[in-house]
Amino acid sequence: MVQLSLPKNSRVTKGRHHAAPAGAKNVKTFRIYRYDPEGNENPRWDTYDVDLDACGPMVLDVLIHIKNTMDPTLAFRRSCREGVCGSCAMNIGGRNTLACTHGYAEVPGREVQISPLPSMPVVKDLIPDLTMFYAQYASIEPWLHTKTPEPQTEWIQSPEDREKLDGLYECILCACCTTSCPSYWWNGDKYLGPAALLHAYRWLIDSRDEATGERLDELEDPFKLYRCHTIMNCAQVCPKGLNPAKAIAEVKKMLADRVI
Amino acid sequence: MATYKFIDHKFDVVVVGAGGSGLRAALGCAQAGLKTACVTKVFPTRSHTVAAQGGISASLGNMGEDDWRWHMYDTVKGSDWLGDQDAIEYLCHNAPAAVYELEHWGVPFSRTPEGKIYQRAFGGMTRNFGEAPIQRTCAAADRTGHAMLHTMYGQSLANDTEFFIEYFALDLIMDDGVCRGVTAWKLDDGTLHRFQAQLVILATGGYGRAFFSATSAHTCTGDGNAMVLRAGLPLQDMEFVQFHPTGIYGAGCLITEGARGEGGYLTNSEGERFMERYAPSVKDLAPRDMVSRAMTVEIREGRGVGPNKDHIFLHLDHLDPKILHQRLPGISESARVFSGVDVTKQPIPVLPTVHYNMGGIPTNFYSEVVTRLGDDPDKVVPGLMAVGEAACVSVHGANRLGSNSLIDLVVFGRSAALRAADTIKPGATQPELKPAHTDAHLSRFDKLRNASGGTPTAALRLEMQKAMQEEAAVFRTNDSLVSGVKRLQVVHDKRADLHVADRGLVWNTDLMETLELDNLIGQAAVTVNGAANRTESRGAHAREDFPDRNDDEWMKHTLAWFDDATGKVKIDYRPVHKFTMTDDIAYIEPKARVY
Repeated sequence: MVQLSLPKNSRVTKGRHHAAPAGAKNVKTFRIYRYDPEGNENPRWDTYDVDLDACGPMVLDVLIHIKNTMDPTLAFRRSCREGVCGSCAMNIGGRNTLACTHGYAEVPGREVQISPLPSMPVVKDLIPDLTMFYAQYASIEPWLHTKTPEPQTEWIQSPEDREKLDGLYECILCACCTTSCPSYWWNGDKYLGPAALLHAYRWLIDSRDEATGERLDELEDPFKLYRCHTIMNCAQVCPKGLNPAKAIAEVKKMLADRVI
Repeated sequence: MATYKFIDHKFDVVVVGAGGSGLRAALGCAQAGLKTACVTKVFPTRSHTVAAQGGISASLGNMGEDDWRWHMYDTVKGSDWLGDQDAIEYLCHNAPAAVYELEHWGVPFSRTPEGKIYQRAFGGMTRNFGEAPIQRTCAAADRTGHAMLHTMYGQSLANDTEFFIEYFALDLIMDDGVCRGVTAWKLDDGTLHRFQAQLVILATGGYGRAFFSATSAHTCTGDGNAMVLRAGLPLQDMEFVQFHPTGIYGAGCLITEGARGEGGYLTNSEGERFMERYAPSVKDLAPRDMVSRAMTVEIREGRGVGPNKDHIFLHLDHLDPKILHQRLPGISESARVFSGVDVTKQPIPVLPTVHYNMGGIPTNFYSEVVTRLGDDPDKVVPGLMAVGEAACVSVHGANRLGSNSLIDLVVFGRSAALRAADTIKPGATQPELKPAHTDAHLSRFDKLRNASGGTPTAALRLEMQKAMQEEAAVFRTNDSLVSGVKRLQVVHDKRADLHVADRGLVWNTDLMETLELDNLIGQAAVTVNGAANRTESRGAHAREDFPDRNDDEWMKHTLAWFDDATGKVKIDYRPVHKFTMTDDIAYIEPKARVY
């Protein structure tokens, strides 16, 4: 039987321990993946004993508290801190989510383990390289295609047609879904992944768009779309409560309908 | 000093920032055949435009009669007559076309039963020159900024805009008063870059993070404003900082004004709808500065809610849950996540929270940066433009009306691109850059990178934020502002003692936060100094010791220069434009601002 293991230089080692300040009463341990691309060390797990009384309820509050008071070298992306920009997506307690809207109290277990989004190359600490993810998003041509000459005012769209975009347009491109998908882990170079496909459906179903045929042609491919095996991790982790798997199923249905 | 080597790029136009205004400007320049780069420190859809909720104003008239002149009147009155009326005319007149353009690009606006763009009521927006509230704010549920930003990013992809993503802009390349480009640090490999261009367009947003509690993102550090200060140019009207009435108590996250536009209202500890006393005609839909002051007075007079009587309630629980679900889904979620409130049953605890900077880089309505040179108050700075929250055109004057910022982004982003197409030639020869132009950029970068004093960046940032929050708040006095000036001087002086722990160059967020802090300090200093200097109350600048507006002395824009070495601020003025752009509307004469 084939034995798979990580190459020596990427084995994650035991890292440094950062103790809580003296007198802290309400302490929880956070185990955080560290990787410095400019050093010669392997990636490591650092542990931080955080005084919960000194910081807010969200995992992002904890990370910022660590950076501000315990270890300024910890690197992570963050911006809006209210769940709309999608910067602080990471794997928390084994689950992809946004650090800013995920309370540490929601994470089961004694320790909270935090690592970068899985399956993407790690640039540094909790920062993954999302180049491929963005390229796949761009490949579905996420803009309105029209052929009819534009009206002087707006395109008319009924409230019912507009409602079809609900559950789709809210996507924040955080990549939680795509990087949680085992099929994407395996075929991430050819399978577009749940986020890009959710957007593909968002434009397919927009009553104003006039490129339905071309869009479907692009997706009719053994890998781009059909590597979705309805594993459903995407729908389970989406921090915005969206259901990419359902959108993908709808695209498959549109393709099937076209054949019939 | 370590040796640094620049990687060189040459473009016709470099846009710094990829929020709503930066994307619109970059897109327009690319469409005009100009070789355009868009340099941004975050991936475009993570820019803070994404967090704008309620909508974008334009007199489409989808919900009843409307007129861009009414919109202009409201904006002038909202600005407390500090806005430049030529620029305001340009904004309001061009607003409807800008919204239709966004719709044609695919923005998923909410719809009326006839299938037109849905518009909601917003603070200070009225019909027929102040008669009664009007529905003018075009909305995509309560995620309008998100819908716009994602659509505009898609449109940029369609037009092959060239992005440089996660590049942190350092400084403007200035050559004898002319801007010739910008330097930047590429985060993912640590290299330094020199972007040469005929024209630099700053679209770097506001600096809300100079304060302790802001609705602004962590990344809102006004980097472009600070680059302008370091280039020896002034910022304008920086004392005007908007507090949004409804930041979530504690977390500071935004609850859109659209919540009140859809029928929500504020109450105090007595359950009273107190806004009826402060603004009898428009009540809870008064402009933000007035609502924030009213809330602060209620709390001060002991009528705040909660165990410490230190906040106010926003009620949506009387509204139809279906409407909440359809029109306010985003804030319903925010209220649940950040204050544990079910908006269909409970009020949301809210507090005025720093939200927007009316001040910024002075420009004309072509988006060209201007400064005062001798007797010329409108001297154009060659090679430099500014748009969006970073700019001060000035259309918002002393107080911005809600939903006027999103329209500002696209109208002036477009105007910048049109002006660029008119004034520069694609591929024109550019003079050679000399090391002397960028030596100061490198020495600043290297100094902060190797900062080895005793003050962690986070500690000094907190000291600055607390000082701003305490001394330059909703209400200000001479005592508070003089103290604020002193405290900011102390912060400035401690900058020499900063400590950066990470010495790397790849994604060194410790260094990035330190560069951002350095950027914030100058802006905070010109803000408190401008506020201490302006001895009147106008719009968002409310002086308890000078409670009235004083048009004779103060109907003028503050210009503030910052001496980076000493931390001292120099102040001069530009006149407010008391004329309109065309004969389509006459100058709106100042009068008392009551609602």
